[in-house]
Amino acid sequence: MSYNSLEEIVLRCEHEKIPFWKAVLYSDIEDRDITDEMSFNSMKIMWRAMRGAGADYDENLRSPSGLSGGMGGQMQKYAERGGTLSGERMSRVIAQALQMGESNACMRRIVAAPTAGACGVLPAVLIPLEREEGISEDKILEALYTSAGIGQVIASRAFISGAAGGCQAEIGSASAMAAGALVSVRGGEPEQIVSAAAMALKNLLGLVCDPVAGLVEVPCIKRNVIGAVNAMSCADMALAGIESRIPADQVIDAMREVGKSMHVSLKETGEGGLAGTPEGKRIWKRLQ
Amino acid sequence: MKIFDILGPIMVGPSSSHTAGAAKIGYITRTLLGEKPVNARIGLCGSFAATGKGHGTDKAVIAGLLGMKPDDMRIPESFAVAEKEKLSFSFESVRLPEAHPNTVVLDVTGDAGREIAVQASSLGGGRIMIEKLDGTEVHCMGDCPTLIICNQDSPGVVSEVTSILSGINVNIAALRLHRDKRGGSAVMVIETDQPVGKESISMLEQLEGINRVIYVNGEVE
Ligand code: SF4
Repeated sequence: MSYNSLEEIVLRCEHEKIPFWKAVLYSDIEDRDITDEMSFNSMKIMWRAMRGAGADYDENLRSPSGLSGGMGGQMQKYAERGGTLSGERMSRVIAQALQMGESNACMRRIVAAPTAGACGVLPAVLIPLEREEGISEDKILEALYTSAGIGQVIASRAFISGAAGGCQAEIGSASAMAAGALVSVRGGEPEQIVSAAAMALKNLLGLVCDPVAGLVEVPCIKRNVIGAVNAMSCADMALAGIESRIPADQVIDAMREVGKSMHVSLKETGEGGLAGTPEGKRIWKRLQ
Repeated sequence: MKIFDILGPIMVGPSSSHTAGAAKIGYITRTLLGEKPVNARIGLCGSFAATGKGHGTDKAVIAGLLGMKPDDMRIPESFAVAEKEKLSFSFESVRLPEAHPNTVVLDVTGDAGREIAVQASSLGGGRIMIEKLDGTEVHCMGDCPTLIICNQDSPGVVSEVTSILSGINVNIAALRLHRDKRGGSAVMVIETDQPVGKESISMLEQLEGINRVIYVNGEVE
């Protein structure tokens, strides 16, 4: 059975003395009536596709609209020169997020997580970590289960698409998923995973969906960066023992209420926000 | 939602509804046709018409018609592949005020001369719905094994079909009947838990009163 609250997952973990990711794995095998191994294999396919998508980045590509491409390469070169403000690890996270977002815009193969627009957030935090610390594939797969469990609860209590709830539902959810995944990689407790997710979502509450010309490019690609960077800091806070004052499930419910009251021009219609600026409109006209 | 609706699909970007869903619609349309498509007239409605080009919706639909799945890296070059495969096509914007905002209508002709008309919509997250086949409502999502059986609306046909399925141990998850008028032509849409083999499909085809059996195996991603 899939979960309707993060609290439910935490309680099951306590009850059965299992880690968070296992509670999510169990729900998948119960839901689909399959074996552990079959579920793990599906997850492995997702992870390898994510990693493959990262390796596949081509800085010379431009999107069909001509709006995006090349930023991931710029950021990577800048990071390699050293001395960045945000430090080595974070600079790589930023570069990876941009690269994945650009690959998506350039019609390369990516893994929606939870959506195509937000596909850069999870790989941006996991790929550099795996590479730099030599984390085992199993640990990464566990982290992905953790993230999927968080995403599933968000989808069941609120929404995960910009059209339904604004960008907080896409990049915000992806960020919450990534924050939980990071705590899971570090072996954090279920409560810490949930706190990290809650804090990440809180920080992006209210974010509107305002893609210029209705395309998943501006501001989407750079929003993957804030999703990833936010996930890193919230995971660190949770691992430091900092908790969310508002319980995670209530944060998700707040996200739902905010999303519901968001004006339609700010929900993927390409009308309000950045899409509605003079420059946004000029781009839209040019592409007609 | 299942966890692999949260992580996944693996797809060619940029949009799960406008690109992955569009490719899936093309792919299933090819299955419904049952032949190699040689001509396609495609109408894009609503948001598909408004932002389809920038999302590669046109390329994705053609890619699907050519048999490419949503994660096929050749989707961006599908127009060139279409030329090689001798698939001619045209696009237009159409208005269907009642339809879902991301809707596409396709009139496709196959290399053996069969023609079908499909109306489909992209629901988000790469999930789709075949709304109509040749004007009849079918509401098929194509993500589990599905039989679409075109038959004469006469007594006993449904029970013959279901007894064949139970005879081969195929469990029916959902069964829907659609018809134009009493005694006319009808469509049975049957979703099953298990895949249905080739022999069973030809057994179904041989039943009296059945005009055509189409099988969508549910493995698009
Ligand atoms: S702005 Fe809208 S389309 Fe872009 S990433 Fe955010 S939710 Fe997705």
